Amino acid sequence: MAVANPAREIPGNRAFRFGAVIREMARRPSGLVGLAIVGGHVLLAVISPWIVPYDFTTQNSHLVLAGPSPEHWLGGDHLGRDVLTRTMLGGRQALVISSLGTLIAVLWGGSLGLVLGLIGGKADDVVMRVVDAFMAIPWILFLLLIIAVLGTADVVLIPTLAFFYGISVIRISRAATHDVTARDFITAARARGERMWTIVWREILPNVRDVLLVDGAMRWSWMILAFSSLSFLGFGITPPTADWGLMIANGRGYMAVAPWAVLAPIIALSSMIIGVNLSADALAKTLGIDRAQKAPV
Amino acid sequence: MTGALVEVNNLSVGFTSAGGATLAILRNVDFSFGKGETVGLVGESGCGKSTLALAMMGFLKSGLRVLEGDVLFREHDLFAMDNSALEDIRGGDLALIPQNAGQALTPTSRIGRQIEESVRLHTTLAPERRRERVIELLSQVRLPEPEELLGRYPHEVSGGQQQRVAIAMALAGKPEVLLLDEPTTGLDVTTQAHVLELLRDLASETGTAMVYVSHDLGAVARVSDRIAVMYAGELVLQGPAREVLRNPAHPYARGLLLSIPKLKEAVVPSSMPGRPPPPDAVVQGCAFADRCTMAGQLCCDVSPPLVSTATGEVVRCHYHEKVENLPPPKAPRQGDGRSRDLSDTVLRLDEVSISYAKPGVIDQILGRQPDVTPTVDDIVLDVARGETLGLVGESGSGKSSILNTIAGLRPPRKGAITFENDVNLNAPVDRRDTDLLRRIQLIFQNPDASLNPRHTVAELLAQPLRLYFGLDAGELRDRSIALLEQVRLGSHYLGRLPGQMSGGEKQRVAIARAFAAEPELVLCDEVTSALDVSVQAVILDLLMELQARHNAAYVYVSHDLAVVRAIAGRVAVLYQGRLCEIGPSSKVYSLPSHPYTEVLLGAVLEPDPDSAPVLMAEDAVELSPPARGCPFQRRCPHRIGTICDTTKPPWQKTGDGHAIRCHIPLTDLERRQRRADSARRP
Ligand SMILES: Nc1ncnc2c1ncn2[C@@H]1O[C@H](COP(=O)(O)OP(=O)(O)OP(=O)(O)O)[C@@H](O)[C@H]1O
Ligand code: SF4
Ligand code: SF4
Ligand SMILES: [Mg+2]
Repeated sequence: MAVANPAREIPGNRAFRFGAVIREMARRPSGLVGLAIVGGHVLLAVISPWIVPYDFTTQNSHLVLAGPSPEHWLGGDHLGRDVLTRTMLGGRQALVISSLGTLIAVLWGGSLGLVLGLIGGKADDVVMRVVDAFMAIPWILFLLLIIAVLGTADVVLIPTLAFFYGISVIRISRAATHDVTARDFITAARARGERMWTIVWREILPNVRDVLLVDGAMRWSWMILAFSSLSFLGFGITPPTADWGLMIANGRGYMAVAPWAVLAPIIALSSMIIGVNLSADALAKTLGIDRAQKAPV
Repeated sequence: MTGALVEVNNLSVGFTSAGGATLAILRNVDFSFGKGETVGLVGESGCGKSTLALAMMGFLKSGLRVLEGDVLFREHDLFAMDNSALEDIRGGDLALIPQNAGQALTPTSRIGRQIEESVRLHTTLAPERRRERVIELLSQVRLPEPEELLGRYPHEVSGGQQQRVAIAMALAGKPEVLLLDEPTTGLDVTTQAHVLELLRDLASETGTAMVYVSHDLGAVARVSDRIAVMYAGELVLQGPAREVLRNPAHPYARGLLLSIPKLKEAVVPSSMPGRPPPPDAVVQGCAFADRCTMAGQLCCDVSPPLVSTATGEVVRCHYHEKVENLPPPKAPRQGDGRSRDLSDTVLRLDEVSISYAKPGVIDQILGRQPDVTPTVDDIVLDVARGETLGLVGESGSGKSSILNTIAGLRPPRKGAITFENDVNLNAPVDRRDTDLLRRIQLIFQNPDASLNPRHTVAELLAQPLRLYFGLDAGELRDRSIALLEQVRLGSHYLGRLPGQMSGGEKQRVAIARAFAAEPELVLCDEVTSALDVSVQAVILDLLMELQARHNAAYVYVSHDLAVVRAIAGRVAVLYQGRLCEIGPSSKVYSLPSHPYTEVLLGAVLEPDPDSAPVLMAEDAVELSPPARGCPFQRRCPHRIGTICDTTKPPWQKTGDGHAIRCHIPLTDLERRQRRADSARRP
């Protein structure tokens, strides 16, 4: 029935709406858990340098592959470093790089998709061909190639990840734009004489924005995984920096003797990814976007 | 009741809300019909019509469950049956034609195959006999050349023909009961009349019981023996069609009937304010009480019981004896009969033609226009200040194209459009100045599409105010509230998003947005066709009021001749993008008429048991206008010969600005039409 339920009205004020969205997300069990996990990880990443019990590089020969003890809750790794300390610090790089990477990916892919969806015609055709071609390449190979040539500094990693992840954002954003431009409210705005810029900013973007937000949240979790995979392979982070991917790679060999040294980063990494996924899910439901339909390929 | 084919006993259907409460959407419905009966089921959207119809097939949408009561088919409880027994009955003895069934045919499969599939599923015919049966079915639904049609795909036949194919498929199992959900909604007037006549004939030929679910009393009137009216999940009235249409014993049914515009009267129908309560509104007493002009204390406290009247109706109202003598809820507003200074022209179209053909490469190089028959051609119109010009025609006749061209969204290929005698409107929007843009506003058919779902009402109204008047935040609020007041909405709507309003409220916001610009010309594109009749009456009334207040001229596009009659002082009839007739509505709606106007008027369905549509031309829709001669040549019932195919007919004037474009001299035309008319009236 087309009847509004006044109890669920979302006020028009923008700032307030953001809060309302978060609150609405938290009302779902998945959203509450997801937001709590993500919030916890972010908080930890921010304050961990001040609260870690030990220095993350100090090698203590007594601690080599030692088990958990009252002083070292998670024991030590193969070089005798405190695992708890390193786990607490190990998400910072992944978080910063993947957040920045996702932001850039959504921004550039989103705006290009928007422009393509708007102009259509020849240019759109040509660019979409190129996009299709790029999507056919196994990007991890490309990524490795670029990193092998340019090195693994953040200034290389972030744009590279952002570039590859942005390509699939183009399609999403273009499809969403197409969806919107065909609607009568765009015709209404044109007939009213609104300027192109106003139409894009006020009429189209608010509708595309939600799709991009949900898509961005999904992509964020994938980028965390991708970054960790790279560092697992030894391409991400230069030791001795603490990083989950690297910790898993190093601890893998001593799995039988010191399982905690590898389990701790694995649990940290997977909880982070699960948290982001749950939040993305709740966000999609809150914004009324069916992820089954808009799921990126 | 004995001998009933389908019997619904005290049925309540509901769901569990997010808050855990059980909410009923059908409440204590008692309903039954026997073999060969035809019943119409009407009510506003959201009243539970479709839920009841589906329940009669033993089907409930997901999340719904039976709270109480049962549905018997030949004395078997449908909801107690197991799935395989139900499947045997559905489609076989009990067939359903869902809404938009014609458009829902599988696009990739030939028509013959699709019908054969239904025959295979629902009969025991040997494979070699099936084809024969398919052809028989196709001729039963009056499809021409059935043999040839077998090999076609759904998109290769017209909308009316698709609907017939869907009916043929439903008839494959020789059902005893056929449930039709909005069988003609979305079809053109002439097609609608043809399909309904077909259904009526089928009911009497095959003895199939039919249940028509529709919001349109006019459509139901023609095909039902009995009519049942639903309100807020309750059956509030049922009785013989004639009685319900002539003297309904329930105020709601009466309100619905009164809100339908009549072809014969140039008045905006009286409207029934309000809308049905949501299922979670705590209902004590009569559900209709807050909209009922007769409601008393008793109505608010005690819910009315079902009682039978002397005229054979069963009604749920405490005061049903008094309904007959009730004055209308709101006196109808006199239509646009005012005489206007027609020389004070706001808009003039001179030989305008519009084409969607894209020039090919060679034409582009040579700077030529492609030489194809334009979609819209030869339009000569003018609109006076403060008047309403109705523009009628079937789907695809170019009504929207003309409005879009006036609004500058698609420049004309040829011809001149002038505004206020001196402003050239041939320029597209981006080359019009702000003040000119402000003076011409568009309102669309579907407010769901024309209001940005992410904007609150405040933002929606602020757009034109900011753009045209540069108002600041404080002024915006005051002005928006004033605008909402003009469309009879309170200031608490400012914070609402479109998703939080009903269809009628959304359309009112769209109207307020257009009037925010203080326009001189408002282009209305089917602004009420997506709405319920009761809501339509409110919107029409509002449009008239706003017009009187702002002295704005309307170009009102609609396929509904009765609506145009109610609101427009002058009418132009369009066929295949060409004008056929234009003039004051009193003249256009009386003889002599252009043959196409005659066909359209004949096809109008009225909520009157004694009015039968007159089917003249075929309902086959044409895809493109003919290159030469009269645009109506292929379907004209009065065609006089090759002159119609070769020569453009002349405009014949009768005075008062009324003109008809036809080769037949008007006196002759009138004589023919009167003769045909009296031949139909015994
Ligand atoms: N963008 C377009 N490109 C090509 N042809 C079009 C386009 N828009 C409309 N047409 C064609 O132009 C003709 C007139 O269309 P228009 O939408 O003006 O009709 P209408 O009278 O408003 O119909 P309806 O009652 O269905 O809204 C139709 O044959 C239609 O198919
Ligand atoms: S019972 Fe009362 S409120 Fe309900 S329809 Fe009858 S008069 Fe109106
Ligand atoms: S000109 Fe001929 S085809 Fe056209 S309406 Fe008149 S009689 Fe019919
Ligand atoms: Mg149209």
